[in-house]
Amino acid sequence: MSEPGAGVVIVGAGHAGGTVAGLLRQYDYAGKITLIGEEPIAPYQRPPLSKAWLKGEVDADALALWDADVYAEQKIDLRVSTVAVAIDRAGRTVTLADGEVIPYEVLILSTGARARRLSLPGSDLAGVQVLRTAADAEMLKHALGPGKRLAVVGGGYIGLEAAASARALGAEAVVIEALPRILARSSCELLSTYFTDYHRARGVAFELGAAIEGFEGKDGHVTGVKLADGRVIACDDVVVGIGIIPNEELARDAGLPCINGVVVDSAARTADEAIFAIGDVAHRPIKLYDRMFRGESVANALEQAKQAACAITGRPEPREEVTWNWSDQYDIKLQLAGIDFDADALLVRGDPASNKFAVFHLRGPVVRAVEAVNAPAEFMAGKLLIGSQKPIDRAKLADPAVSMKEVAAS
Amino acid sequence: MAKITYIEFNGKEHVIDVKNGLSVMEGAVKNNIPGIDADCGGACACATCHVYVDEAWAGKTGSQSAMEESMLDFAENVEPNSRLSCQIKVSDDLDGLVVRMPQSQH
Repeated sequence: MSEPGAGVVIVGAGHAGGTVAGLLRQYDYAGKITLIGEEPIAPYQRPPLSKAWLKGEVDADALALWDADVYAEQKIDLRVSTVAVAIDRAGRTVTLADGEVIPYEVLILSTGARARRLSLPGSDLAGVQVLRTAADAEMLKHALGPGKRLAVVGGGYIGLEAAASARALGAEAVVIEALPRILARSSCELLSTYFTDYHRARGVAFELGAAIEGFEGKDGHVTGVKLADGRVIACDDVVVGIGIIPNEELARDAGLPCINGVVVDSAARTADEAIFAIGDVAHRPIKLYDRMFRGESVANALEQAKQAACAITGRPEPREEVTWNWSDQYDIKLQLAGIDFDADALLVRGDPASNKFAVFHLRGPVVRAVEAVNAPAEFMAGKLLIGSQKPIDRAKLADPAVSMKEVAAS
Repeated sequence: MAKITYIEFNGKEHVIDVKNGLSVMEGAVKNNIPGIDADCGGACACATCHVYVDEAWAGKTGSQSAMEESMLDFAENVEPNSRLSCQIKVSDDLDGLVVRMPQSQH
């Protein structure tokens, strides 16, 4: 039984948690809202931490999801530096690390994910860090500058953005990737090659297919990355960007089904009707691809925040959105839409040498995903086509002289 | 500082004092005003901060960049006075600005 008036308790004050709190108020939810976060600051946007913020183009105020006084105005009880340790589903309460017990009528888990770390000799040296939180980014920013050398472990988007930002700040950068190509997990080979070349031309070094044995240090601080072939890549700091792990322990310990994230339905509801899970921590259905998926993007977090807020306030379930993401590196804006599940062909529109092109992932004549480099029309039209599943004319799509409007209309 | 009036599709008005240097989008989102989603937080990557700028202000809010134009081309219910509000920087000159929100950003 829940205590009357206990309202909604949100555990996890990241982008998803902050957004769902705001949406509940936008949708006229009048009950109590308690927003609990482990980090010492109010919800903020993570994407700029490896991009504009790291380069010093935007300040901390710009990162904040809301102005500080809005929490009080919106009657949202924000509790920062607060850790939830247990859920009592029968009693509908959450227990905090300090022993306080908070009742809920509805619980939303937006606990996000944590950066995967390496456990190799020297992993605990100062200067070996991940890049997930504002505190991580602050630490990295201090380490970058002229005369410094950053080693990036993992050639994914976070690592590449960190390398690009390091170059913008005058530091050297070397990317170390275990697989033979960067972006192997997320992108096609053409894009891997394109980004490798683009970074190389801007002074970034690559060690591809390189296994890491550990880190070397002096006086407790990292001085190099030791590769399996015996070479040591000298550096002043290391960013490890090798993926994230969903923070599902709270849910799992409470007996909620978890499979690489907390399993939810299309309303973001878990197996317990009083508990929702949203954002990076949720394993959710995607009707468009007819499967379950754990997304790792702002768009995914916002969509699920909307689903949960609608379900809690009795609104109709929102229309499923096409998942998307973006990356900023140097002057490149990469926009990605959809997921290349079940794709059987690649179609390149435009010339990579012109720095404006798009790769379409097709299943038959249907667009499943698009990766657009400085090609906003291809991204926008591609996203619409992914959602509509409308068959396209491949010849027209392949011809940059035919506008995307025409491709989408034909 | 500029006083900006945001009008939701249903007609509900919100008047907000927005600091110089922020974008028109940020003025709304940072105060939890409904109607502007701004998925990308201002990177001009998503076209979910679409607004209509009142005609009288068209001169002062500047014009669309090529990127913005391409993005808006595929947004829903686009009008000649459509803008992506993340691309309009607030200054004293915009004191009194009125923007209207579309029915949906998605």
